[in-house]
Amino acid sequence: MTVISSTKNLEALSFTLIAEFDADVQRVWQLWEDPRQLERWWGPPNYPATFDRFDFQPGGKADYYMTTPEGEKPRGWWKFRTIEAPRKLEFDDGFADETGAPVDAMGSAHAAVDLEDIGGRTRMTIMSTFDSEEQMEEMVKMGMEEGMKEAAGQIDALLAEHSHA
Amino acid sequence: MVVDQMSEAELDRLFQALADATRRDIVRRVTVGEYSVSGLAALYAMSFAAVQKHVAVLERASLVAKEKRGREQIVRGNHDGLEKARWLLDEYEAIWRQRAERIADILAEG
Repeated sequence: MTVISSTKNLEALSFTLIAEFDADVQRVWQLWEDPRQLERWWGPPNYPATFDRFDFQPGGKADYYMTTPEGEKPRGWWKFRTIEAPRKLEFDDGFADETGAPVDAMGSAHAAVDLEDIGGRTRMTIMSTFDSEEQMEEMVKMGMEEGMKEAAGQIDALLAEHSHA
Repeated sequence: MVVDQMSEAELDRLFQALADATRRDIVRRVTVGEYSVSGLAALYAMSFAAVQKHVAVLERASLVAKEKRGREQIVRGNHDGLEKARWLLDEYEAIWRQRAERIADILAEG
């Protein structure tokens, strides 16, 4: 089991996820610092992400888009706050318009990633918080859409399996 | 699915209602025990009418329920409404869980 625990704080609008991986800290850090590896897991499988800017330094920005099965390209941005390789990464994460400009009305979430060595394996703690409830609403709405489409994609795959059986 | 049970308008009402510290405080209190509107009003540095308005916003968002008991209006937590808010955070959790699974898959490739 990868995910060890997750904690939700409804009042503080925060969410913490702890996962452990069979790889050392340096390897897990690569999945965050290398945009080519990051884009393999950030978006859902049928929503691949493409990072077209990745200025990996404190204050630096990253821009990305996801490609939907319909060919749409919803855009997002990150702003790096803290980078302490290979253990600590903090960034803001929000949505952008088609030109890549942040959509302020949608706000942002803040992610704090901690990687910890546990005897050659890695424990990753992600703490995600929202500035305000309106911002969380937008983020969750967008995420739900993502998640719902992913769920629908899995149903399609299941149905396809059955038709082959 | 649960998403279908919640319209955009409902979502807007829910999060607008939670976007205020006094209203969140009211929700916290009335999920533990009943309060009358005047009892709540005594807790905050604002008028009775203002507290009454906050309660009305929470009621529209299905976060609290209000009933008349004699001369008093009693406010209770509406667990169905709170359940919906919790469900939204669950959705956010699902996104991160899926990401962690994909990270594990990439690491397993070596």
